[in-house]
Amino acid sequence: MNILLLGIGNVLWADEGFGVRVIERLQKSYRFPDGVNVMDGGTQGVYLVEHVQAADALVVFDAIDYGLSPGTLKRIENRDVPNFLGAKKMSLHQTGFQEVLAMAQMLGSYPRHLLLIGVQPEELDDYGGSLRPTVKAQIQPAIDMALAYLQAFGISAETTDTDGDLADPVLNIQRYELERPSAEQACRIGDERVLQAEGLAVRPPQPAGQPTLQVDVDYRGKY
Amino acid sequence: MTVTNTPNGFNLNDAGRRVVVDPVTRIEGHMRCEVNIDDDNIIRNAISSGTMWRGLEVILKGRDPRDAWAFVQRICGVCTGTHALTSVRAVEDALKITIPENANSIRNLMQLSLQVQDHLVHFYHLHALDWVNPVNALKADPVATSALQQSISPHNPKSSPGYFRDTQNRLLKFVESGQLGPFKNGYWTNPAYLLPPEADLMAVTHYLEALDFQKDIMKIRTVFGGKDPHPNWLVGGVPCAINIDGVGANGAINMERLNLVSSIIDRTIAFIDQVYIPDLLAIAGFYKGWMYGGGISGQSLLSYGDIPDKANDYSASNLLMPRGAIINGDLTKVHEVDLTDPEQIKEFIPHSWYKYPDESLGLHPWDGVTEPNYKLGPNTKGDRTHIKELDEAAKYSWIKAPRWRGHAMEVGPLARYVIGYAQGNKEITEQINFVLKTLDVPVTALFSTLGRTAARGLEAQWAAGKMRYFMDKMIANIKSGDLATANVAKWDPETWPSSVKGVGFTEAPRGALGHWLKIENTKIANYQCVVPTTWNGSPRDEQGNIGAFEAALMNTKVERPEEPVEILRTLHSFDPCLACSTHIISPDGTELTQVKVR
Repeated sequence: MNILLLGIGNVLWADEGFGVRVIERLQKSYRFPDGVNVMDGGTQGVYLVEHVQAADALVVFDAIDYGLSPGTLKRIENRDVPNFLGAKKMSLHQTGFQEVLAMAQMLGSYPRHLLLIGVQPEELDDYGGSLRPTVKAQIQPAIDMALAYLQAFGISAETTDTDGDLADPVLNIQRYELERPSAEQACRIGDERVLQAEGLAVRPPQPAGQPTLQVDVDYRGKY
Repeated sequence: MTVTNTPNGFNLNDAGRRVVVDPVTRIEGHMRCEVNIDDDNIIRNAISSGTMWRGLEVILKGRDPRDAWAFVQRICGVCTGTHALTSVRAVEDALKITIPENANSIRNLMQLSLQVQDHLVHFYHLHALDWVNPVNALKADPVATSALQQSISPHNPKSSPGYFRDTQNRLLKFVESGQLGPFKNGYWTNPAYLLPPEADLMAVTHYLEALDFQKDIMKIRTVFGGKDPHPNWLVGGVPCAINIDGVGANGAINMERLNLVSSIIDRTIAFIDQVYIPDLLAIAGFYKGWMYGGGISGQSLLSYGDIPDKANDYSASNLLMPRGAIINGDLTKVHEVDLTDPEQIKEFIPHSWYKYPDESLGLHPWDGVTEPNYKLGPNTKGDRTHIKELDEAAKYSWIKAPRWRGHAMEVGPLARYVIGYAQGNKEITEQINFVLKTLDVPVTALFSTLGRTAARGLEAQWAAGKMRYFMDKMIANIKSGDLATANVAKWDPETWPSSVKGVGFTEAPRGALGHWLKIENTKIANYQCVVPTTWNGSPRDEQGNIGAFEAALMNTKVERPEEPVEILRTLHSFDPCLACSTHIISPDGTELTQVKVR
């Protein structure tokens, strides 16, 4: 049986990196039997199709905005996963991953067991920032949730004291946080300055003339 | 009403009805476009706006330059490897680090494999649905589809009626299950779709085949980059050792892995020759009458060039992917391009939401400033968080306006191919002539949406052939006893000068990509990227020149303004990727999911 533990998200956008950081912890501190693949999917979309197809069971870790309090973990299974990913799009990779699932299905191989472990993010608009404490505190509970799920398939992991090899050591969370440039060095409040910009005067809608035609072409929504 | 003649030759008229497309989908990133259409539904004014804020320097300043590649390849999910390659080249340029021949071949193989895979995925999975109607495919006769397939690609073994009937059944089952997925909400009754059902079925079948096949191409980067997604890169070479007699998965490149890469290259060449190119020509044949979308492609084109034949020589004569600039539509003269010349590439911001000390001047990327300044013009319609119509006379985009010697330029496969054609590049000229002859169209047909799409296919074919070339070259080099893959002589920061600057460039699948950096006291002091979609998606500049997207939309007839498939068709033909040209901002700063500005 092939099992894929997949973290998706963008480490550069604060809590968006949750899925990838879960994978980092798994790679560092756990050993799995053969047949279990632990993968940092990052922001990849269509390139993940192959790995999804190859999995009999797929566990996805991601940050998902479902309107609960920050740091809340949510567990979604099987048929609900694609719908859930499409319900409230927070970032590009989510629509991307929803499409990855649809493509795997079209190609005729789709995981028989699918589990999505999502965390409610607290902060996304902090470019170059790391996980907020409330979200970081959910890494271990998310792992425990996944390990309990794997028990049903007779899979158990060993913890290890010796650090395992990380897929992307340059981006490991300690260095990523420690070597972040200071706010003085690299102004990181761009958004705030935008919001505080002067002269943000907008004339009210003008009645004259022909009406604007608005077209929403975002067809990749719910399905 | 305003009527304007732009210096780059377009007559803008904003009198007609405004159509807003936001977000433009099937692209990476967030983009908005607004056009005015006249009484005949012809586009007379066009505005392209990136709706997110960027600022890579925010994350890279003060970090170790040897790590920058790992950060930049996380910017987005598409050209990860291209950013990484550009970054290690910039650092090597700054520190005057040379790389071994094998490293050059391996980097080229990775870059070419990305070109092929990206072009293939773009054509079949992002762009095809602008031309192909999957719902119509359900009406096709599999026997007629088989006949069509055999007529356009006699060597393709997958052409039996049963094969197409199977796909049709699969598609039907998928549609009936309600999981229309990527095919949902298309404009499937729009008269802009011109293919007969058989061609639609053939293309949808290859949509699935290509999806299956692109996974193989990726394995090339897994072999050389150690892993995928997000392969490893190294300043000074590549992070994989060569041990030709090695066995098993010890990490080194051995004969078994080289054979795997070699067989993937052969299958890639076959797939492009037997599936991609015949499909492209067949589809183009039905749309020959739709010659919109040329924009500035007949006038102003730019390519930095890529794929160095020999290692460490980045001069135009050593780059297999052509380098140069064409301006004023003069194909008899290809200008030299120098990324270090402060007079050539400059970014302007009079229509971008940034602040410069003097906004009438442009800045070279080494002197680049990224200070946001979100101001809307007086004629904006809507409110602060819900813009209904942008005021293009003022600032209206998060994308800066880069210019080459003051000219708005188009970058990407069509730019590279026209430049190569103008330079008399033999391979490129032969490919272009073959297409023009097969379709029976004049050379000016290149300057169109369809021309852009065709150039991408031809380039995929070219890139697959060049993968074979570098594979053979590397094996010959290894056999001659050269196993070096990295130069670590200057790995130690103690060996570096206290203040240096460098520039790295590549041709990303969607166009010219440059990273400019300054290193001070062994840390990154400034890092600026000018990405392909900054060129193509740029807003107006100080002189009023419109950008490549804007120009390409001009004078296009939109059959049904409420279903603007023609607009999407042209924008998609650039393979736009805004994830790195702009970055996310929620306009009111509160709603996490707010990414549209409407």
